[in-house]
Amino acid sequence: MDKPGFERMDSPDRTRSFWVLAAIGALVAAIGYGAAHTMESHGHVVTGMNNQIVWGLPHVFAIFMIVAASGVLNVASVGSVFGEPAYKPHAPLAGLVSLALLAGGLLVLMLDLGRPERVIVAATHYNFSSMFAWNVILYSGLTALVVVYLWTMFERRFNHLSRPAGLAVLVWRFVLTSGTGSIFGFLVARQAYQSALLAPLFIVLSLGWGLAVFLIAQAALHAWHARVVDAPVQRRMARLLGILVAAGLYFVAVHHLTNLYFARQGAFEAFILRDGGVHPLLFWAGYVLLGSAVPMALLLLPRFAGRGVLAASALVVLGAFAWLFVFIVGGQAFPLEIFPGHQVTSSFADGATAHYAPSLPEALLGLGGVAVAFLLTLVGAHVLDFMPREDLAATGH
Amino acid sequence: MTAATDKPESSSRRAWLGSAAGVAAAGLGGAMLAPGIRLVELAQAATPASTAGASPKVRWGLLIDTTKCAGGCTDCVSACNTENGLNGGTRATDAQWIRKVEIKQVRTGRSASLPVMCQHCAEPPCVDVCPTGASFKRADGIVLVDRHTCIGCRYCMMACPYKARSFVHEDLRDQKPDVPRGKGCVESCTLCVHRLDRGERTTACAEACTKAGHGAIVFGDLNDEASEIARRVREVSSTQLRADLSLDPGVRYHGI
Amino acid sequence: MRQWLLMLGLLASGLVSAADEPGRTPRPVIERAAQGAQCVAPAAEMRRNHMDLLKHQRDDTVRGGIRGAKYSLKDCIDCHASKTTGSVAKTQDNFCVACHSYAAVTIDCFECHSAKPRSVAQQGSK
Repeated sequence: MDKPGFERMDSPDRTRSFWVLAAIGALVAAIGYGAAHTMESHGHVVTGMNNQIVWGLPHVFAIFMIVAASGVLNVASVGSVFGEPAYKPHAPLAGLVSLALLAGGLLVLMLDLGRPERVIVAATHYNFSSMFAWNVILYSGLTALVVVYLWTMFERRFNHLSRPAGLAVLVWRFVLTSGTGSIFGFLVARQAYQSALLAPLFIVLSLGWGLAVFLIAQAALHAWHARVVDAPVQRRMARLLGILVAAGLYFVAVHHLTNLYFARQGAFEAFILRDGGVHPLLFWAGYVLLGSAVPMALLLLPRFAGRGVLAASALVVLGAFAWLFVFIVGGQAFPLEIFPGHQVTSSFADGATAHYAPSLPEALLGLGGVAVAFLLTLVGAHVLDFMPREDLAATGH
Repeated sequence: MTAATDKPESSSRRAWLGSAAGVAAAGLGGAMLAPGIRLVELAQAATPASTAGASPKVRWGLLIDTTKCAGGCTDCVSACNTENGLNGGTRATDAQWIRKVEIKQVRTGRSASLPVMCQHCAEPPCVDVCPTGASFKRADGIVLVDRHTCIGCRYCMMACPYKARSFVHEDLRDQKPDVPRGKGCVESCTLCVHRLDRGERTTACAEACTKAGHGAIVFGDLNDEASEIARRVREVSSTQLRADLSLDPGVRYHGI
Repeated sequence: MRQWLLMLGLLASGLVSAADEPGRTPRPVIERAAQGAQCVAPAAEMRRNHMDLLKHQRDDTVRGGIRGAKYSLKDCIDCHASKTTGSVAKTQDNFCVACHSYAAVTIDCFECHSAKPRSVAQQGSK
């Protein structure tokens, strides 16, 4: 009979599947690196990004991963900081998934730079009025704090420190994710951004996206150990995900409704919500319907209780990608209003909506980042015990 | 080593070492005339070559008279491309430091034509958002990209309300020696800073427009009350683009 | 005992090869500067410090607008450009590339900077 909190790691089946999964992950990651190398040696001309759409598919992947990395720690916070005993055993896995997502997302961002060999310049030259400069410190700090937090949970004599460590992680990630939202919120130039609402919006979205990724990771880990997820805990987390998706939808609705009220934002909202081709399609069908309404039904309606949690989580992730694409690319596709009230034409696409077609290197780079996150989670879960730790709940820390 | 324990031959050894060092120093220093001064430096001091540098007393700016700007004329654009070594292409990935924009007011139907380039704001959003400080405002008001520090993140391109910046998407060859530019960095109009620094008093676009007889672009020091541009902005009405953003650009437009 | 002799032998051979025996160690082939009698600083000092001098100078130029100062890159190129290729970075024996390829230190200066002196570049440009 296995002791609670301790699992034998070295069964032959699991070892074999580990190497197969690791090989797949490494292959996708290697292809992603090859794509990044192509982008660096040939220049961004091989991508679909240009002088009108400067941030594209890699940024959609990267921002999803770093926002989810922050949000997944909520599972841990609910346990460690708010003292909810049902969540505490799951805190270590949340920490691992957070580190993995951070690594994957930041890797994609750094490899997409015009001069990736200059990250050392970014690490040594800081302009503190820039959110990006703050992010270099905030993201490295979060990584360090999560490592310490994991350590307090794994090292028995440090268990009593997991509460203050969890609190530090909570405060840090709130600052960090507000900062991620403010990357866009501080941009006065574009009608899609320039809003203080974006910081709390990103916080709420992070909680939903992080929990969705956690549920997927948790299900995968349990399947790998041939165990079943504890049903009451699964139901609680499913209900929480449903509420968080609703909260995210609320913030997005408030953002758009407020914009619709301003005459000067009318043309932009019409573009995003009705006339912009792929953007309204992704927004309504991708985010609102498939990414929010259907998951909410699956997670909150009594008739689906306990079923469809994984499907709902996957749909939330899909909806997140759809929303981010509309937010990042749609926000750039709409022309800048340099001459309000004028029809504008020029050789530089002034007054014209820009079109963006993602290219293969960009998609491969994004997927490569996901593969790195997968690989890190796989190796971490293979080397250490990230199954739910009943002993953590038992000790009351 | 104290003097009391010196062996007899140590003093001659020290003397030898001292003279050898002196000979070596003289050889290395290339004829030391006095501590710190060498022949080479004396020669250079005789012909001072370096320029004084940017002065905070100056604020460079442009006044563009759109009533003299003809639709379809691109003299300023061609001059800029030639001066800075741009290829003049208009693909979505080609750099454009200045472009002609044709505008037509929707309600009244009034048309105008004008060049748009980096507005060299006094409160540049691109400088605020640059993580490494590569995007910076020089003492004399010119907003530039230090391409040694630029990592190519394109955040400044997201932040610019005038879409002034371009990213270099591919390898470049045959750059102008006065205008280094390369793949992976962001760039924009420099107000021909390489010309200004060596004492020329105008930009390529303003010079070309004047030479062609249009006279739509005036360049000068906005802080110098006696300069032509300062006189003109006192006399005629002029606006800044997106003045509502309070960025205080150094480029002003008359006639829109 | 044999181990000590072996180590001694290795050390001695190392010292011998460190001595300046012609033909024993490959040296970079550096083309002499086409113009100018003397560099702005002695060769030994330049070899050791040119990267720091240039790095400091570039900030003075880009941020301060000071051009034509002692360590101006354009002035370096004016003197050191090859007589045959008209460049400091085109072929293996051109000034900058000669040492940098020998020492295997990649430089990205000439991804942006023209490697040709001003007079040559102006003739050849469109």
